[in-house]
Amino acid sequence: MDLISAERLETMSSMEKIRLILSKVKRGNIVVLELGLTPEEEVKLIEMTMTEIRLDEFSGIEIESYPVKNESTFLNKILGKSGIKTRMTVIGPANQLRTVEKDKYQISTKVSVGD
Amino acid sequence: MSVIRSLKMNFAIWIKWIIGKKRARIGIYGPPNAGKTTLANRIVKDWSGVETGGISHIPHETRRAMRTDGVVINANGSSVELDIVDTPGMATKIDFREFMAYGLEEEEAKRRAKEATEGVIEAIKWLEDLDGVLLVMDSTEDPYTQVNVTVVGNMEARKLPLLIVANKMDLPKAAPSRIKAAFPQHPIVPISALEGSNIDELYAAIARHFG
Repeated sequence: MDLISAERLETMSSMEKIRLILSKVKRGNIVVLELGLTPEEEVKLIEMTMTEIRLDEFSGIEIESYPVKNESTFLNKILGKSGIKTRMTVIGPANQLRTVEKDKYQISTKVSVGD
Repeated sequence: MSVIRSLKMNFAIWIKWIIGKKRARIGIYGPPNAGKTTLANRIVKDWSGVETGGISHIPHETRRAMRTDGVVINANGSSVELDIVDTPGMATKIDFREFMAYGLEEEEAKRRAKEATEGVIEAIKWLEDLDGVLLVMDSTEDPYTQVNVTVVGNMEARKLPLLIVANKMDLPKAAPSRIKAAFPQHPIVPISALEGSNIDELYAAIARHFG
């Protein structure tokens, strides 16, 4: 399992984050992002995942995050900045990570080793 | 850059206001088997008399986006013309073995899985070319799926109108209150696309939000 810090994520471009996540998940790792992905990055990750699916090798990812918080301020609007705050996210291979329960405050997952 | 984009958007709104045109391109999104195509069929059939796509209990039946242009909805004294895009089910994983559990042969299951991955990509591409989204959720299921969270997040980030359709109200386990609790910031209309119950309320909401 890899826990990736907010500091590291902040220095990475969207594509670098997605490539890092996919390469780790395809190797069977579970990735926990201290600061998650933006909604746009999440759909990009899903899109890239679809292109990487191989019938007998990789069936996709399980990704769990909390809904983003939108904290746009007047200053952000003037500066054209997004007020979206990303939140902790867990990503893993679909055949190893399974969400048991999820609500506003807690994500419960089950991790299986080997398949 | 954002100032220019904002000016462009304002200009588009002014043009729309001047010529009085109420036309919007709406995408129907949701996880597989939420009832997207059943809903698309009902809307299009109710207002233009034709059906758009086939339905099935096997997930990922719709693997290509189906677009129907010029569907005019009149409700509550308001009228809106919609181009409706019924998108393939969004998913983060696609395993051909799951299709075999529905009785498909291995070759057919593999072909469906391949097409389903392409369908998800197509659904994502459509997000960039829409004026609003009808997000269809299965009222009998947990609403906190990643597909729902991701679609809602994208609509909020793009500042596009979103209407949540709590479908399958005809089933005993339906609990739209869970959807309301999960996404309280968005309007929710509980319906049964299959039976047509409460569909008039949905049409009124569509005319209000997208008109």
